Formats: sequence, structure tokens, C-alpha cells
Amino acid sequence: MKYIDEYRDGRLAKDIARQIAALADPGRSYHFMEFCGGHTHAISRYGLEDLLPANVRMIHGPGCPVCVLPIGRIDAAIALAMRPEITLCTYGDLMRVPGSNGSSLLKAKAAGADIRMVYSTLDALRIAEAELEREVVFFAIGFETTTPPTALALKAAIAKGLGNFSIFCNHVLTPAAIQNILESPDVRKLGTIKIDGFVGPAHVSTVIGTEPYEFFAGEFQKPVVVAGFEPLDVIQAILMLVRQVNDGRHEVENQYIRAVTALGNEKAQAEVANFFELRESFEWRGLGEVPYGALRLRPQYVAYDAEKRFSMVTPAAKDNPACACGAILRGVRRPTDCKLFGTVCTPDTPMGSCMVSSEGACAAHWTYGRFRERARQVDVGRAVA
Amino acid sequence: MNMMIKAYRRKLDVANGRVDLSHGAGGRAMGQLIEGIFHKAFDNDWLRAGNDQSAFSVPGGRMVMTTDAYVVSPLFFPGGNIGTLAVHGTINDIAMAGAVPLYLSASFIIEEGFPFADLERIAQSMGAASREAGVPIITGDTKVVERCKADGVFISTAGVGMVPDGLDLRSDAARPGDAVIISGSIGDHGVAVMSKHENLEFDTDIASDSAALHGLVADMIAAGGAHIRLMRDPTRGGIAATLNEIASQSRVGFRIDEDKIPLKPEVAAACEFLGLDPLNVANEGKLVAVVAPEGANAVLATMRAHPLGSEAALVGHVVADDNCFVQMTTSFGGGRIVDWLSGEQLPRIC
Ligand code: SF4
Repeated sequence: MKYIDEYRDGRLAKDIARQIAALADPGRSYHFMEFCGGHTHAISRYGLEDLLPANVRMIHGPGCPVCVLPIGRIDAAIALAMRPEITLCTYGDLMRVPGSNGSSLLKAKAAGADIRMVYSTLDALRIAEAELEREVVFFAIGFETTTPPTALALKAAIAKGLGNFSIFCNHVLTPAAIQNILESPDVRKLGTIKIDGFVGPAHVSTVIGTEPYEFFAGEFQKPVVVAGFEPLDVIQAILMLVRQVNDGRHEVENQYIRAVTALGNEKAQAEVANFFELRESFEWRGLGEVPYGALRLRPQYVAYDAEKRFSMVTPAAKDNPACACGAILRGVRRPTDCKLFGTVCTPDTPMGSCMVSSEGACAAHWTYGRFRERARQVDVGRAVA
Repeated sequence: MNMMIKAYRRKLDVANGRVDLSHGAGGRAMGQLIEGIFHKAFDNDWLRAGNDQSAFSVPGGRMVMTTDAYVVSPLFFPGGNIGTLAVHGTINDIAMAGAVPLYLSASFIIEEGFPFADLERIAQSMGAASREAGVPIITGDTKVVERCKADGVFISTAGVGMVPDGLDLRSDAARPGDAVIISGSIGDHGVAVMSKHENLEFDTDIASDSAALHGLVADMIAAGGAHIRLMRDPTRGGIAATLNEIASQSRVGFRIDEDKIPLKPEVAAACEFLGLDPLNVANEGKLVAVVAPEGANAVLATMRAHPLGSEAALVGHVVADDNCFVQMTTSFGGGRIVDWLSGEQLPRIC
């Protein structure tokens, strides 16, 4: 409990905010991208934007596993779940993500598909053990943090000789995506935004360490600060980024020294490497094809790979053309720039993935930040009057 | 409750027996179940009369009636069970109108195979809760459904009560400037239930706050009746849902202060661990009162003098706002909206 209070100390936060205001050069602006939806959520939930000077702006990045899953993967999962022999196990958030033509796993479930909501990979494994006559498929998604549990579930399934358990692997990799935001010609074509530095997700780095960002920070000359998810962590990371920019540095710094090391958890990495290999390319919603941006099962585990085992196809599916999720995930537009925001698209009636997960930029803004638009409108109104 | 008092009565084997379909079929077995478990637990004159309904007298004035269905899982949790919830919840719904609760009804939908022992435990604690509250359960019904058609047991309770003369609490009565008072720490019930959820089990000492609030309400009305605009018990959806409901019904906004909201550190920690917002987590023994500014201090002091309101706190105010936003100053000094929950509150993925 003390643990939480320490990282939610409002006075300390205001003190750090004062330091940021004092250090931020009024002659320039600072644009930092928090890659991970966990940070987006913390920024919105604690109203951190209100503590920053106007020339320090946070750009919400693509780092929410639910948000970046392309629509075709949802369609593929729905098609699989509709097969009578299949039990598809999935996290609750995924159930509501819109597929093509207004479909979703939630609707497929209501239509009779055997889709079960689970809280962990191990729940899925338990179902497979209890119902040997069913083909139990775990819909695996997430960044580096969630990959080791999937690897361990596979290991356990193999050890138990469970022949009815397989994985629909959608694990994606953080550094590749960050790199893609800055480098990919495709993404550039789609429009880019000036980014002066990144807040990196601490939970990812507890697994991979800070080292994977070194190349990237040097190559693109962008500072990276790996930070925890408590509001104090985030604001401290912003201060560290402002300092780096002012000093002209572009280093990888670690704000989260309480759990992150340079090399990360090598044991977990080894488990992951045993079972998974890089995909040459994988589509991310909003970023397009990201080279080496995702994982798949190694060929020797083909029997546990749902994609191979059930000859799944990922249809080429297009997002709702009015949905601006793609641009929002790249940071080039804000949720309120989308025509659908708050009208047809709300967390109760999500049109795009950014409105589904509580870590999505649209949902975070709708849930916590909407009143700011109102304040802005009033300001503009006053200015006009 | 349809009573069957006939010959050939065998005692229910409460320790080892289970509900089967015959216990809902209207025959001797059903009579035995009702007698052996429910009448024993709820015992009072009305039930002993053995009718399908109960006649009762009420004082003159305005009456309130409410009904609610309880489907909680797990059925037993620290601080209570589905039965105590069904009693407290319905009493509280009556009390939120400022009314004095008088009588309850209870109907049970029981799944075939449900152990008598568990049913008795539930019934006994309901009986105890209703006696402690002074609100008897005077009529009821029992149905048994096939295995897998229910989740152990579902309970519906209804209740009636009388509103004191001159009191008229309405959901559209909140006015800018009114004070918002919460009777105690939030989220205890939701966290206690989640801690026993089969997929989430975690260690915590938190017990449900399930309690009947009509005594607290009676004191509040005695102290500041004319100043109390409205009351609500923030059950499912937590205080976030309650405040949003009041805001849209009264066409006002709220401004609350995160630092002032009573929250146990264990509940905060559990919510953190599960990725939940305590403002969305259910309570079963708390109330939110909107009170005209001139009565706020008196009401607050009275609440604090009652055991169920000892941690009561003034957490914010009603403001004029066409958007009906519930805004909160965070412990960080920033601002945010407190919104309804969309869909189910789910523990986070990573
Ligand atoms: S508001 Fe909805 S439709 Fe628009 S970008 Fe966000 S999620 Fe997509």
C-alpha cells in the first residue's frame, strides 16, 4: 500500500511539474510520444496534461495490443470460432473489438460460437485439460510482457501431452514498432509528426531490458526513457526527456530502476526464444506492415500453432473508412479529430479499436478527458466574443 | 410460500442432501424444503399463517415499493452471501427514498443439485439479517430448475416501506452548490467478491460492506431532512455510475475531489493490481447523499455519529453543467472525468 502512495504523491508531482516548467525552453516545443497505452491511461486518468506547460505535449502512441491488432486477425478468429469443434479462449477486451461489417467476437458468441473469456493463458490450458474432446485455441496477444506466459503455457501443454490445445499467436514487439514509426517510408507517406523523444514501457523492459532501445536511440537520435505506469513515474520520465533534449543528448535512460535492468529477464527471454521466432512482417493496425514486428511459433511446434493446424487465413480487411484509428495510433491526429468521436463512436458503441481498450487513445480521452474540449470551446467562444 | 403440512414427513437431510427437481414440483418435497429451510430461518407470524400471500397493515401516507434480483457469483464471500445481499439491498433501495422499510418478500430460483446445507446457510443468514434490521420476510416463492439452467441459486426480494410525512426525495433535485457526501470507504464489496472469484483469487482481508442503511438514513432525516435533496446507494457501477445517474437526471454536473474520497489502502492496492478504478467498484452498505449547503454540516456530523457512517466525508459539490459531466480533481492536481463504465469492468491484460 505504501508502494502505491509513494508513486501517487501529488505534492511530489507538482514539484516535478514545476521543474519541468522551469526547464522547458519557452522558445521551443517538446513533443514526446508515450508508446504504451498504459502510460496513455495514466496520463488521462490522473490528468497529468494539466500539470505540463503548454509547450510540452504528449503524443499517444500505438502501444495497446488490442488497438494494433488488424481487423483481418479478428475476422480470422471469428471464422475459426464459428467452427463447431473449436473453443476459442480470449481476453475480455478482445471480445468487443469490431471486425469487418460490424462483427465482433461478442456477437459471434451470441450467435453460438464457443468463445470463453479467460483471465490468463493458464485458464485456457485448464479448459483444454478438462474438455479433451474440444479443440481449445488460445487467442494470444500482447507485447513482450505477455509472451513469456504464452511460452510457459505451451511448455506445460507439451509436458502434459495435451493434443487439443493450440495458440493463435498475435504477439508483437515494441522496439520494432517504435522504429517503424520513425523510419518506415509507408508511415511517412501516411503523415508523420515531430517527435523529440519516447517514454518506453517499463513492463516490456522488465522482460527485454533497456538494451534493445540503444541502437534505435543512437540511430535516430531520439532519447528514450523507460518508465513505470504510476503517474509519478510518467511525469518523472517527462522531466528526464526535457533534460535530454535541452542537453542535446539522445540516450536510453531508465526511470524504473526498481525493476528494470539493461539486460532484462534473460530466463524469460530464453523461454520465449525456445518457442517463438520473428515474423518477417506483420500488419499492425495504423502502422501497416512492420518488419520483424511480431512473433510466430517455431516450425517444430506447428501442431500447437492454430494458424497452421486449422489452415486459418487472415482476410485482407479494411477499417471503417471514417475511423481515424490509424492516424491516431501514429500520433498524427487526436481522437477529437475523428468525425465519429463521441457521436457514433463511444466506448459503448466502438467503431474502432482505439475506443475499445481502456488503454486506447480514443477511450482514454472519452473516459477521462472529454471536458477539456468543452473548456477549449468556451475559451474559443470567449476569444471570438 | 405454498405450505404442505401432510403426513409422511421425513426430515430433510440438510447436511448431505441436495435440491432435486421434486423440490420445485409443488408436492410434498417442496413443502418440506420450504418448511425445513425457509420458514425455519425467517420464522414469523405471517409465514406461520401459511398463505400464498400475507396481509399486513400500514400507517397512512406515501408508500414505496421496490424489487431486485440477486445473481452474485461466488455465492459466499467475506462479509456476507447472496442472501444477506438480497435483504440489505432491498432494504437500502427503500431507505434511499427516506422511507422506513416494513416488509420483504423473497423468491428463490434454485438449481437442481444445490446442497441443502448451502441453502440453509443462505436462508439462516437472511433470517438473521432481516431480524437485525427489523424488517420481516413475510412471503415468498421457490422454484427449482434443471442443472445448468441457473448458477446455484438466484434470489429476488421485494420490499415495501413508508415515507415520513413531508419528505420527498427525487432524483432530479440536485442543485448547483449542493454538497455531496459519501457515508464511508468505497469499493469494499466489489473487491471482497472479486477476491473469491475462481480465476482471480488473491489475498486480502477486505470484507464486503453489505449492511442495511435505514437506521443511518433515519438519523440523517431527523438531523437535516429538509436539506437532503436525494440519496442513492452506489451498488453496481460504483459511485461513478451513481453520480453520473444523478447528474443526468438533475441536469447538473459534479466536481469531486479524489483526495477526499474514503478508500481503504487494501482496496486501492487490489484495484491497482487488477487494473480497476475503485470509483466503478460495487458497494453494498454505502450511500451518497446530495444535501443543500446549509444542511451539509449537520447531516455530515449525524452520519459520523452512526456506526455505518463513521467515515462519512464531504467529497465535492454539484455544479451547473449542460454536459452533466462528473469531474474530479485527481490526487495529482490534474482534472479528469469520472465516467460510467462501458461494458463489464475487466482486469487488464498486461
Ligand atoms: S473515435 Fe472511434 S472511429 Fe474515430 S478513431 Fe477513435 S476509435 Fe476510430
